[in-house]
This record gives sequence, C-alpha cells and structure tokens, in this order.
Amino acid sequence: MKIKKRAFILGFYFFIMLLPIYWMLNMSLRTNADILNSFALYPHNPTLSNYIKIFTDSSWYSGYLNSILYVSINTLISLITALPAAYAFSRYRFLGDKQVFFWLLTNRMAPAAVFLLPFFQLYSTFGLIDTHIAVAFAHCLFNVPLAVWILEGFMSGVPIEIDETAFIDGYGFSRFFMTIFIPLIRAGVGVTAFFCFMFSWVELLLARTLTTTNAKPIAATMTRTVSATGLDWGLLAAAGILTIIPGALVIWFVRNHMAKGFAMGRV
Amino acid sequence: MEKWQDNRAWFLVLPVFVIVAFSAIIPLLTVINYSVQDIFGPGQRVFVGAEWFKEVLGDKRLHAALWRQFLFSGLVLLIEIPLGIIIALTMPKKGWGASASLVTLALPLLIPWNVIGTIWIIFTRPDIGLFGATINKLGMSFDHTASSLDAWVTLMLMEVWHWTPLVALLAYAGLRAIPEAYYQAAKVDGASSWSVFRHIQLPKMRGVLTIAVLLRFMDSFLIYAEPFVLTGGGPGNSTTFLSIYLVKIAVGQFDLGPAAAFSLIYFLIILLFSWLFYQALQNAGKGEG
Amino acid sequence: MARIDLKQIAHSYHDGAQKPEDFALRRVHESWDDGGAYALLGPSGCGKTTLLNIISGLLTPSRGSVFFDGQDVTALPPENRNIAQVFQFPVLYDTMTVFGNLAFPLRNRGVDTEQIRQRVNEVADILDLTTHLKKKASGLSADVKQKISLGRGLVRSDVAAILFDEPLTVIDPQLKWHLRCKLKQIHERLKLTLIYVTHDQVEALTFADRVMVMHGGKMLQAGAPEDLFEKPEHKFVGYFIGSPGMNFLSCILDGNIARVNGAAIELADATAALAKKAGQKLEIGIRPTYLKVHSNKQPGSIAATIKNVEDQGSFKIVTLILNQQTLRARIPEDQPIPDKKAWLSFPTQKIRLYADGQLLRAQGAS
Repeated sequence: MKIKKRAFILGFYFFIMLLPIYWMLNMSLRTNADILNSFALYPHNPTLSNYIKIFTDSSWYSGYLNSILYVSINTLISLITALPAAYAFSRYRFLGDKQVFFWLLTNRMAPAAVFLLPFFQLYSTFGLIDTHIAVAFAHCLFNVPLAVWILEGFMSGVPIEIDETAFIDGYGFSRFFMTIFIPLIRAGVGVTAFFCFMFSWVELLLARTLTTTNAKPIAATMTRTVSATGLDWGLLAAAGILTIIPGALVIWFVRNHMAKGFAMGRV
Repeated sequence: MEKWQDNRAWFLVLPVFVIVAFSAIIPLLTVINYSVQDIFGPGQRVFVGAEWFKEVLGDKRLHAALWRQFLFSGLVLLIEIPLGIIIALTMPKKGWGASASLVTLALPLLIPWNVIGTIWIIFTRPDIGLFGATINKLGMSFDHTASSLDAWVTLMLMEVWHWTPLVALLAYAGLRAIPEAYYQAAKVDGASSWSVFRHIQLPKMRGVLTIAVLLRFMDSFLIYAEPFVLTGGGPGNSTTFLSIYLVKIAVGQFDLGPAAAFSLIYFLIILLFSWLFYQALQNAGKGEG
Repeated sequence: MARIDLKQIAHSYHDGAQKPEDFALRRVHESWDDGGAYALLGPSGCGKTTLLNIISGLLTPSRGSVFFDGQDVTALPPENRNIAQVFQFPVLYDTMTVFGNLAFPLRNRGVDTEQIRQRVNEVADILDLTTHLKKKASGLSADVKQKISLGRGLVRSDVAAILFDEPLTVIDPQLKWHLRCKLKQIHERLKLTLIYVTHDQVEALTFADRVMVMHGGKMLQAGAPEDLFEKPEHKFVGYFIGSPGMNFLSCILDGNIARVNGAAIELADATAALAKKAGQKLEIGIRPTYLKVHSNKQPGSIAATIKNVEDQGSFKIVTLILNQQTLRARIPEDQPIPDKKAWLSFPTQKIRLYADGQLLRAQGAS
C-alpha cells in the first residue's frame, strides 16, 4: 500500500523530530539532582518545581510578557505598513518600483550581526534603548520586507478586474481596500502574520542587544540565568518548554488559515 | 492583467520605505562610515581609506571562517532541500491529517534560536542527553564539546532538524497548488511516480523552491545564535562561522573599523550568491527538451 | 476500440454510504457501442464527471462493474484501460516540447524511438500540430493546448475510447466551432468510441449520436437528440433541453379533454387512454415551438393573456398567462403578435402527458 508507506515515512520523521523536544520536556519535569544522578527515559518522580520557580520569579515571567509584547507590536506594524505597499507593488507600475522591491528584499539578507552596533547607537540617540518599541522597530528590518513579499504574492492572485469593477461601482479606495480586498486575501494575511510572529519571536541577537532589563526577552533571560545558577538543567529545560508554548498556540490558531493559504499556492 | 501606471502609488509604499530606511539606511551609513575610519574614542577618528578592507581581506582566520561557512551552507542546502521535498510529498493533502502535519511540522520553526541550541545541548550531551548517551553506549565516543567532527555533526543535525520544516512547508504549498487534472492526465498517460515528480511536481514547485533555496542560503549563511549557544564557535575554531567571528571582532575586541569592513564584504557576498541562485533557478527547466 | 458496458454502477465519495443522498452516482446501467459518439449532459454536480472518471479508471465505483468489450476492467488502473481523456483545463508538461508531450505516453510504455516518431508525426498531422512540434509546450494558446492534450491520447495505437470532460470551456467562442468540427472529423476518421461530458445542450446535441441526460446522480434519459426533444421521458429533460424549455401545465382529465383551470385542451385518443390508467395528478407538456399563437379565435383554441415578448433575432419568445399558469411560445420573427389577448392551439400529436414527473407511455413502447 502506497498510502501506508507514506504515512510510515512521515510518522517516522515526526517521531525523530519530536524526540529532542520530548527529551527537554522529560528534563523539565525532573530536579537537577535527579537529572545528574540517573539516566531515565521518562521522569520517574515527575515534579513541577522548575515551573513553579519560573512562575513565582518576576524576572522570569516578565521576560515572557516582554517578548509577547514586542512581537505583537512588530506583527501589527509589519502588517499595517506592508498591506498598502504590497498593494502598490501588485497593482501599479511606478518610478523605481522594481528597484525598491529588490532593495527591500536585500534587507532580509543583511547580517543582523552587521547592524548590532549601529542599531545600539541609533536607538540610544533616540532614547529608545530597553523599550519594547525599539525591538519591534528593529525587527521590522527583516519582517516588513518579508510581509511585503508574501502579501504581494497573494494579491497578484486576485484579478485586477475586481478592483476596477469596485471603483466603477463608486467605492472609495479605503472602503474598497478594507471591505472587499482584505477579506479576499484573508488567508494570505493569516500566513503573513504567522511568519512575522515567527521571525520576531525566534530572533535573539537584536532583541538582546537593544534591551537591558525592562524589555528583556524571555530567551535572553534564559541565557543569563543559566550562567548565574551554574547550569540548572531542569530549570533551563522548563524555561525552554515554556518558550515553545506561545508559538504552538499561534500555529494552532492560524492552522486553518495556513492550510488555506497554502492551498492558494503562495507563501 | 495589465498594471496601472501611476507614480502616486509611492504614497502607498511610503510607510514601508520610511520604516525600513530608518532601520536600514542610517545603520548602513554608520557601518560604511566606520569602515573607512580609525576610531580611538569619542570624537577621535582618522580617515584610513581602504586600510581596513585590505586588512580584512588578508585575514587568514576570516578565510577559514568563510570556507567553513560555504561548506556549512552547501551541506545545509544539499540535505534540507531534498529532505523537505520528500516530507512534503508524504504529507496528506486534506482532512485533519493535513492540519495536524502542518502544526507539528511548524513547531521547530517557532522555537527561539538560542532555545534550539539549548534543546540540542540537552539532547546530545554524553551524560544526560538521549542522543549522546545512546551513541556512547553503542561504543562510539561522542562529545561535541571535545571533538570538531562531533560538533559539526551535532550542528548539522540541529540545523536540519530546525529548518527542514520550512522547506517542507514551502514545497507543500507548491504541491497543493497543482490542479488535480495534472495527476489524472498523468495516470491516463501511464506515467510512473518518478515521471510525475520529474515532469509535473518539480517544475510546478520551481517558484516556491526558489524562495526556499534563497531563504535557506541567506539564513544558514547568517547563522549565529545556534552554534553560539551550542559550541561557542569551538572546539578550537571548528564551528566559528562568519557571524560568530564578526561578533568576536566587533564586540569582543571592539575593532570597529575592521568589523565594519568585514560586515560590508559579508553583505556583498550574500547579495552576490542570492542573485546567482535566483538566476540559476529562474533559468532551470527552461532550456531542456 | 471497444464497446463499453456499465453494469449497475453506483458511487459515493464517502465510505460506508447507505442513504441515497450520499451517492454522487445512483445506479447507472448502460451499454455503449463501439465507434459511437455519446454525450453526457447535465447541470454541474449531476454526476457526469464522476461517471466519466469511473469509465477512465480514475475512480473505482463503490458498486457495479465496467466492461470493455466484455472484459471486466473495474479493477484496472487508467493506464491499462487504453483510453484517452481530455480535461476541462489543458494539461501540459511545461518542461517538454510539443513533440515531447505527444511522445510521453508512448515513452512511458517503452515504445521504440523510431515508432514513436512515426506515431507522433501522424497524430500531429491529423491535429494540425506539425508546425508546433519543436516549440515549448508552455506559452501556446488554449485551443492548441487542448489539441495537444487530445493528441497525447490519440498517439497510442490501441486507444479504445476518447473521453472529453467539457473540453471547450477555456476556448475562445470563435475558436470553439473550429475545434468542435475538428473533434467530429477525428471521430469520423478514426472510428473511436467517443464520450463527451458537457452542460451545454447545443454542444451535446450537435456532437453526439446519443445523448444521456443526467440529474442528481441518475441517468434520466438516453436517446437520439430528436427523441430527447420530442419525447422527454422526465420533466427535467423537458426543462433542460430546448430553448426555452418545455411548458408544463397541471390539468385534470375529463374524458378526452384535459382541463387546465377550466380551459379545455383536446387530447388524441391514444394519449387519453394512457392518461386514464395513470389517474389523478397529471401535467401537460408541450414544446414552445409547437404551441400555435393566433390573433383571433380559431376552432379549438383557448384564450390567454400576453405578458411579455422577447425578440431573439430569428424568432420571438412570447410569455403568456393561461388561467394563472405561465407558458412560453416560440414563434417565427415575421408573425404578427396581438397586443394583449391571444388564442392558443395545442397540436394533439405534440402533447405529452406526465404523472409524477414521468412521461406516460404505452406498455412495451420505447
């Protein structure tokens, strides 16, 4: 059976793929002493002590809130600015359109390491260091071009005749855009939001450089605490597991949009 | 579909232009400025011309890091692209299975990059890690903190584990866009599954695969957080990639001039190769009979 | 070349379907002769494409079997059934030339190079594709692409049947006629069994010797185009075929007279005899073409009010109200039409009677 063989290959891949995550989950449910003393395939005496420690220490959970805050701001800014721009690229020819589009994409290629120091100086000048908005803005460097790129693909799939008909019917641009056009590419907006969220959530280098305490992301909190407590594996694993959860929730909520977006054949 | 000619479209692009320019052009100018000056302290700087570029281009350790980087990115593309396509081909086309596969597949993509490193440290350590302990039990020694080869193996495993899902998602999107009639016609024509792949699926995936190759090339070429957490660039310099080396110069040694010159060269290399890949993939499949 | 027999075919897209509504196709039993031209006609969702895919082997029916020349092929995959299928949208292998596309099915079967070249050239000649052979398949116009799709089916020397699934949908109107002629010409030249799926009655009626009208997963009537027009066996067939569709008026039988809300329509003896057996709830069916409209009272005619007149160029369509029931008449362009009131006469030979949506027929008559 061909179907069974496929399902088997996929199942095997997922098994391998989930193993490292399972292992971290396993570690997170054990105390550090337990981890170092015995090797076990599953926690014999599962404990939530690592999680409790994280939830009762404000330096831990505020890291979470910081990350979620700047990622949300970034996703919002990226979508709001990229929607009209993507529309312009998909519908109009104008002076320097191709050049600007290409220039936008090159920013996706700029090594984040290149921009570390100038970014720090730039945001210091504006007094934005250690604010959520600074990280959200910095992440726009790669998320906005990406959003324009993805949305442009979706928009090009909508026939231009729809726009023409709407304008003939007397729709103003903003009303047409909000009530007709955006609903048409809803799935595309969902996919774009997913990618923006993803790339902002996982980025650490810029986020860590631009923050010290007030806006410090959870991922950076992890590295700091590890060096301070001298490798508490259980605590580290619990923190790691917790960083996966927001991402998993986001995928769960956009899964239908993703399936639809993928069916439209644009990413 | 004919596009409208209207320069007022610039107003729609303006917000994006401003926000990206703020984050891109000003820092880029700063970098260019640094790359031609020697900076002793606040307000004390001397114009040095192409001095730093010469120094960087002659840096033996940078050459080594560059070759390491090419080897790494090359391996990444060679493994992840075919593997991603295979996974996309095995995924269900619809129903709950499709949603479940998509969600599972996307999971590694949503883990912060340094956490990825942490996961793999925990997984591959010879004392507490499932992978490391198993390999050692099989009689082979495995320790990514001591052996360069082991560090590379761990890093490749991690990279493939982390990013193959992105390739698979893109390839899956491409596959879903192929109308059912193509498969039906191929069946009627008696095409083998290889022929279907070669003459229908692969050509129809060209667009998304171009994106996949470009994204994977750029991001693997820029890799920083994962090897930094996993090995810190070691053992020795065996996993010191360009970004890690760059941060060592810029932040560790505070040599801003050479670091800036290095950054610009780095950027140009990525630009050049992305363009080459783009051209190659656009032309692929056009000139055959 | 083959004779095709469908035996008690039913198909559902759900597993374990029991209720009739779950079936996309409900019991189709048909025999098609070798070399005939058949059309499957019906609105979208009627099950015609499902039936076509069962014949080609893309679908295995939930129930029943398919026979080609008396041999059971139900379990055979499409590539072993020797059929050619052309889809609604042209399917081409973009990376290959036109020659490569046409040669593809032969290469898959391991035919030697010389023979491939010969067959491809023959087929290209029939389809007027010779000048295109060396071109890339992508970038050609839709009608050429459809011809290539057809050609891929025809290159095989052992083709049993050609199946078309609305092949003219994406073709420009002015080219449709040209391509349809070409298809007809090929059918006559190669004498292949040809099955044509469409929702366009003009295409079906001009193309096929025998048309099957489908609705709701059932085959309502199969017959020559004239039969479908003259004696629709089911009200749906009457509606669906003809432009405009057949008129239906509910009536009560009174001896040899059918009463439509009081107005009397005379029936032929044979028709009346059938009606007596059928009982109460009856409907009169008559084609708009056969309805006669007069400006003044004639013997046996009935008064009706004119509601609307549409000029269609070579003819006019008159909408009339007869005792609260609406009906349409199709009359020649040059015939004068009265203002408000008209007299209708119903030619007795053209009147059909329906009970429960089915045509009343003499026992044993077809």
